[in-house]
Amino acid sequence: MNGNRMKKNSKFAGFYLGLIFFLMYLPIGVVVAFSFNESKLPVRFTGFSLQWYEKLFHNSAMLEALGNSLILGVLSCLISAVIGTLGAVGLARIHWKTKGVMEYISILPLMTPEIILGMVLMAFFYMLNLPFGMLTLLIGHTVFCVPYILMEVKARLAGMDPALEEAARDLGASPFRAFRDITLPLIMPAVLSGSLLAFAMSMDDVVISIFINGPKVSTLPIKVYTQLKTGVTPEINALCTIMLAVTLTVLVLYSLIRRIGRIGRKRKDSAADFQ
Amino acid sequence: MRRRRSGSVWMILPLYIFTLIFVAGPLIYMVALSFATANEVHGVDWIFTLDNYKKILEPVYLDTFVQSFQLALTSTAINCLVGYPFGYFMAKMSESGKKKAMLFLMLPFWVNSLIRLYGWIIILQKKGLLNYLLQSLGIIDKPLSILYSYPAIVVGMVYALLPFMILSVYSSAEKLDWSLIEAARDLGASRTKAFWTISFRLTVPGLLSGIILTFIPSMGLFFIADILGGNKIVLVGSLIQEQMTRVGNWPFAAAMAVVMMVLTTIMIALYRKITNVKELEGIG
Repeated sequence: MNGNRMKKNSKFAGFYLGLIFFLMYLPIGVVVAFSFNESKLPVRFTGFSLQWYEKLFHNSAMLEALGNSLILGVLSCLISAVIGTLGAVGLARIHWKTKGVMEYISILPLMTPEIILGMVLMAFFYMLNLPFGMLTLLIGHTVFCVPYILMEVKARLAGMDPALEEAARDLGASPFRAFRDITLPLIMPAVLSGSLLAFAMSMDDVVISIFINGPKVSTLPIKVYTQLKTGVTPEINALCTIMLAVTLTVLVLYSLIRRIGRIGRKRKDSAADFQ
Repeated sequence: MRRRRSGSVWMILPLYIFTLIFVAGPLIYMVALSFATANEVHGVDWIFTLDNYKKILEPVYLDTFVQSFQLALTSTAINCLVGYPFGYFMAKMSESGKKKAMLFLMLPFWVNSLIRLYGWIIILQKKGLLNYLLQSLGIIDKPLSILYSYPAIVVGMVYALLPFMILSVYSSAEKLDWSLIEAARDLGASRTKAFWTISFRLTVPGLLSGIILTFIPSMGLFFIADILGGNKIVLVGSLIQEQMTRVGNWPFAAAMAVVMMVLTTIMIALYRKITNVKELEGIG
């Protein structure tokens, strides 16, 4: 009796899942479809055209915002990957009294409504006299990216055998060496998936960025937000379609890398078995 | 063993330093600010006062709090109704089906949330897809004006937060021991009874964490109300933003933020008390 009999979905369940998925993808599909529309108004499809893509590539403000977002996403992702990964491993090793509190504070940005995070960072940066712009954006994004990586790595570490690292230390490896040669390769998938999540969050953030971007620097979401409030051109649709294509490519690449990694590992394992 | 581990201090330092300065620092500053006296634009006099908190109780602002609370409650309730069955059904799928469903669920996350909102504008607008569909089916004569109204905001909120609810319910339904339900059914319980007494009860933690994960953000997602609601409905989020950027009364904004933080913390504490689970499910 393993309950498999109870795990069958009814026809209704299939229909329901399909319907909700349809509603989830409908707005995205609509945006993509209208990016190829001739007319400026997203009301009727009047004919196929690529003019909005062409206009997008001549819109320097939009491209600059895209560039800013990419730089910001990559940098904040890298910095928080270092802080978060080292932090998670460190937290698992130390036994200080402050550990629990620190862990709580460091994932606090996840549990704080974005609007509050945005406003406190704005007030705080203002007090510190930091120049508003890329620097403040970078710090702000790192604040909410660290917890994603920290939690992913922590979960991975929890499932890891601590004896592996201890064995390395017993054999004379320094803490750094044990970390680099044993722990890091094992937690790499978690670091990668955490970083990917953090990157997505950074590319998507509008609420926090809008408080700390300053008058001169704009990110892509901020640009889109202002357009949505003042009047949209189908260039936005074109942009969305391109971003979607890029995202899909990255995801496919990521899963390919993981698959290759898995095959490589299997080969190594079987080679070890053979010896 | 202990001495050896002290070699890991350097690893923890970046996290400690960064968190103390840029997470704890701003939050403490916010609390301090909320007790300070406002002075002209962006100015603060460091004189202790409770006026900022008293100001929240003024009808105009209190209404905003009540309104946000109601909206958050509505969208959370709909999220439960729509997301619970979804997460539950998903847990019942085959292994490969689960993987596919998970992929399809996460994919929209990668599309900018503002652009997804824009999709809803296209659908809901007066000459939009929905009205076209309803009219050509002969259900309505005149186009409905859904966009820039309360229902549009609810749609946007539910849409933005539904995945969190689904993932929470799913992660708790996934761990369900289905043989328990089989046993109940074999012992003569009806399908409904078996569901409510076993499946539902065991997935309550997932549902609760879903509620928290959707309720908290919906208090602050001011841009959804801004874009889909056309400034008709002011949420706490919009109010805080206005006070920060336009009015410049920072201590008042800080006081509102503190109240929101306290409400949030109470909710999470309640959740932990009820379920005795330390981590929120679905986000880890």
